[in-house]
Amino acid sequence: MHNLLRFLLKYHFVLLFILFEALALTLLLQNNNYQNTRFVQFTRTLKGKFYEQGMEIEQYLRLQEKNEKLREENEYLRNFIASNLQQQPDTFRKKVDTTHNQQYYYLTARVINNSVNKQHNYITLDQGSAQGVEPEMGVISSDGIVGVVQGVSENFSTVISLLNSELRVSAELSASGYYGPLNWTGGDYRYARLMDIPLHARLSQGDTVTTSGYSAIFPEGVPIGYVEDFEEKGGRFYEVQVRLSTDFKKLNTVYVVKNLLKEEQNQLEKEVKQ
Amino acid sequence: MINYLPRYILSFVILVLIQVLLLNNVQFSGYLNPYIYILFLLSLPFETPKWGLLALGFVLGISVDLFTHTVGMHASACVFMAFMRPFVLRSVEPRDGYQLETYPSVRDYGFRWYFRYAGILILLHHLFLFYVEVFKMDLFFQTLARALLSGLFSLILILLIKVFIKK
Repeated sequence: MHNLLRFLLKYHFVLLFILFEALALTLLLQNNNYQNTRFVQFTRTLKGKFYEQGMEIEQYLRLQEKNEKLREENEYLRNFIASNLQQQPDTFRKKVDTTHNQQYYYLTARVINNSVNKQHNYITLDQGSAQGVEPEMGVISSDGIVGVVQGVSENFSTVISLLNSELRVSAELSASGYYGPLNWTGGDYRYARLMDIPLHARLSQGDTVTTSGYSAIFPEGVPIGYVEDFEEKGGRFYEVQVRLSTDFKKLNTVYVVKNLLKEEQNQLEKEVKQ
Repeated sequence: MINYLPRYILSFVILVLIQVLLLNNVQFSGYLNPYIYILFLLSLPFETPKWGLLALGFVLGISVDLFTHTVGMHASACVFMAFMRPFVLRSVEPRDGYQLETYPSVRDYGFRWYFRYAGILILLHHLFLFYVEVFKMDLFFQTLARALLSGLFSLILILLIKVFIKK
C-alpha cells in the first residue's frame, strides 16, 4: 500500500496525463461521427486479423470433417447436374449458358469468428468489400441459412447470425407453403421459433422449413430446419418450434449470396407503394 | 500568484472568445487556421502545479470544442501540450535558471527565448490537433504541411500579441 502510494505520487504527472488524454479521446470518439467511424473500421480490421490467425489453427484440426462435408456437397451437385441433363430430349443439344437468367451469385467465405452463447450473436467472415460483399446480403451454409451481412471492411465482414434475436427471416413450410416470420428467441442455439402459421395448416413433426424467397435477401427454398414441436397460440395461429439444420457450433465454410436482381425488385416494390 | 488569478481568468475568457468568434472563421486556402487560445497555457506561471496544467489544458480545450462542435479534439491536443510544457521549459532553460517572480514572457526572458519556447509548444499542439482531426495516415504530408503552416501563422500572431500587449 505504501509503495503503491509512493508510485502514484512519483508518476502522478504521467498518470494524470494518460487519464485526461483518455477522457478527451473517449469524448472525441463518442461525439464525432467521422472519427468514430474511422475507429470502428480500424478495430474491425484488427479484430478480423486476430481471429483469422486463431481460426487458421482450428481449420487445420478440422480438415477431416471439412473434407467429408465438401465431398457430400460435391456428390449432391453432381447428382443434380445429371438429373437435370436427363430431362432434356436427346434430339437437341442442351445449350449451356450459366449466366443467362442467373439471379443469385454465391461467394465462398470462411467463418473466422462466431458465437452462439449471447443474446445477439455475430459472425465474422474473411471476405469484405474488396471481394464484393455488401451489407444486407444473405449468408448460407451447405446445411441451411446462417445470417445476414451487417457491415463490411475491406477484407472482412460482420454477419448478424440467425442466432440473434434482432434478426427475422421469412420462412415457409415446404410441404404446405404456409409462411411466417422466424426468429431466434435466445436460449438453446439449436432451436428457433416460427410464428403466424394458421391453424388449418396441417403440420407434422419433421416437416421441412425453408426460406420463402419473399425478401430479396435469400433465394427461395434454402433449408432452415425441421418442425420439432408446435402449439396453438392465442387461438388463431400455431407457434412452431424449429430445429435448425445449420449447426452454428461447427460453422466453417459459408456462402455469401448476392441477389443480382435485388435492386430491380426493390425498385419495383418501392414504385408500387408510392 | 493570487493577485494574478483574476487576470488569468480574464485572459482565458478573452482568448477563447477571440478564437471561436474571430479566428475560427479565418481560413486561407484550406491550409491556414491559426489557434492562439493556447497562449493561455503558454503564459501560466512557472510554479503552476503539474496537475493544474493538465486540468487547465483540458478545460481550455473543452471550452473551444464546445463552440466548434468537435468535443474532445482540442481538449486532447491541449492536454498533450500541457503535458509537454514542463519538458520544453526544462530544455530551453537559461543558464541561470528561472527566477522567482518572473513569468514565461518576452519581457522577462527576451524575444529569442520566447520564440523557441512558444515555437516548440505551438508546433507540438498543432501537429497533435491536425493529426487527430484527419485521424488517418493517408494524407500524412498534406496534414504535416497544414500543421506547419498554421503553426507558423499562430506563432506570428502570438508573438505580435506578446510584443504589443505586455502584460
